[in-house]
Amino acid sequence: MSDTSVVITSSQITELIDLVRRVHGFDFSGYTKASLKRRVVRIMQLKKMEFYDLKHILVNDQHFFQYFLEEITVNVTEMFRDPSFYKALSLQVMPYLSTYQHAKIWCAGCSTGEEVYSLAILLREAGLSKKSFIYGTDINTEVLREARKGIYSLRNIKSYAENYQFTGLKGSISDNFTILYDAASIHNELKQNTLFSVHNLVSDDVFNEFQLISCRNVFIYFETELQERILELFYKSLCPLGYLCLGSKETIRSEAFKRKFKVINHKENIYQKIGT
Amino acid sequence: MGPDKNLLDRWRTTELLLLGGSAGSFKLLFQMVKLLPDDLDKTVIIVIHRKRNFFSEIAKLFAENTRISLREIEDKDVLKKNTIYIAPANYHTLIEKGGYFSLDVSEAVWYSKPSIDVTFESAAEVYHDRCMAILLSGANQDGADGMLKLRRHGAVTIAQHPEDAEMDEMPTAAINNGGARYILRTDEIFKLLHTQ
Repeated sequence: MSDTSVVITSSQITELIDLVRRVHGFDFSGYTKASLKRRVVRIMQLKKMEFYDLKHILVNDQHFFQYFLEEITVNVTEMFRDPSFYKALSLQVMPYLSTYQHAKIWCAGCSTGEEVYSLAILLREAGLSKKSFIYGTDINTEVLREARKGIYSLRNIKSYAENYQFTGLKGSISDNFTILYDAASIHNELKQNTLFSVHNLVSDDVFNEFQLISCRNVFIYFETELQERILELFYKSLCPLGYLCLGSKETIRSEAFKRKFKVINHKENIYQKIGT
Repeated sequence: MGPDKNLLDRWRTTELLLLGGSAGSFKLLFQMVKLLPDDLDKTVIIVIHRKRNFFSEIAKLFAENTRISLREIEDKDVLKKNTIYIAPANYHTLIEKGGYFSLDVSEAVWYSKPSIDVTFESAAEVYHDRCMAILLSGANQDGADGMLKLRRHGAVTIAQHPEDAEMDEMPTAAINNGGARYILRTDEIFKLLHTQ
């Protein structure tokens, strides 16, 4: 239920973007406006704030900015979201990854880590745990803290169990957790080859070379121009013939990048870097 | 009795038709799509509640009922005339000022993703009075806030008559909050959509 009385204009959104860039150094200008506006309205409703109050507190209160960042960037995620994607990854990509000495994977926009651990389970099932390493990055330090802990509510795990079932992987998702009361803690073996750190796709650069980059349901928040800048960053970060996975509703539309990436799975938006 | 003249005029000139439905509206939506004129000079967006891992081929089923081009929305798709768009499961669908869609995976609204409110509210900000929305049967209150916002922006808002709805909670909510400008019987809705 939303309070329909909170209204802000597009020029106020622009004003807010400018303010956040000047004061905090985060650039949201390439974010899609309808979604951004919806998030800002949500904050104003939750905190019962007028637009002026929001600007005021954003300038004066660093803690509030952390909260703002968490609310603005959507952190809703699931383990094994889109089970058919994980199935495709097992069948079409894992065999290639196994040919490398060492497989480095970048999960960009990893939020609270559910996707990183889903990938870790998938790699283990493919027999690749020992020679793979997953980097999870996000702009938000708070979600990364949660990701490192790897502790999720039991209720959520139950809802991920259905996803897991559809992936075709054996066993059950709860085999990967130690459950204590209503908390499920991911097994240490799955945490071992992971590293979580801050990286801003909008402003930060290449930091390693990867065999696979997974960036799912992040592009939906970016306008086309920003998407293309980040595609360039991914292209530079991939080894020759490295894989790029986007969300199941996110496709590469730019002609220039269509030439640089070959489609491996059209439905799941799995691509492979070609050319140099 | 047919739809009133003012409503017919608005239907003829509307650029965007929004259809929102939940429990008890699947069959209705198929029938409605079938009735739309082939050369429809409008964009149609359908938001139906369904389960997250419900691997149905809804788009395909709809496509069998119409000659109008139909697709499940992908991120940044451009809104075109004479096209029916289906909001994908497990995403919210928003409309951007530039005339394209953006998707969102944030929290469910009224336990629903896609949420009818989210799409209707963002349509209001872009299309204002150039759109028409119809809210059908459903067992929660999603869509009522969206209808109200659309109405405030000058759009035509229609709720299915609660007596005709298999689940009356959804249209009733939009009537009670003042979101619905018209309350129409199912056959009146059919007649309206069939009008050239």
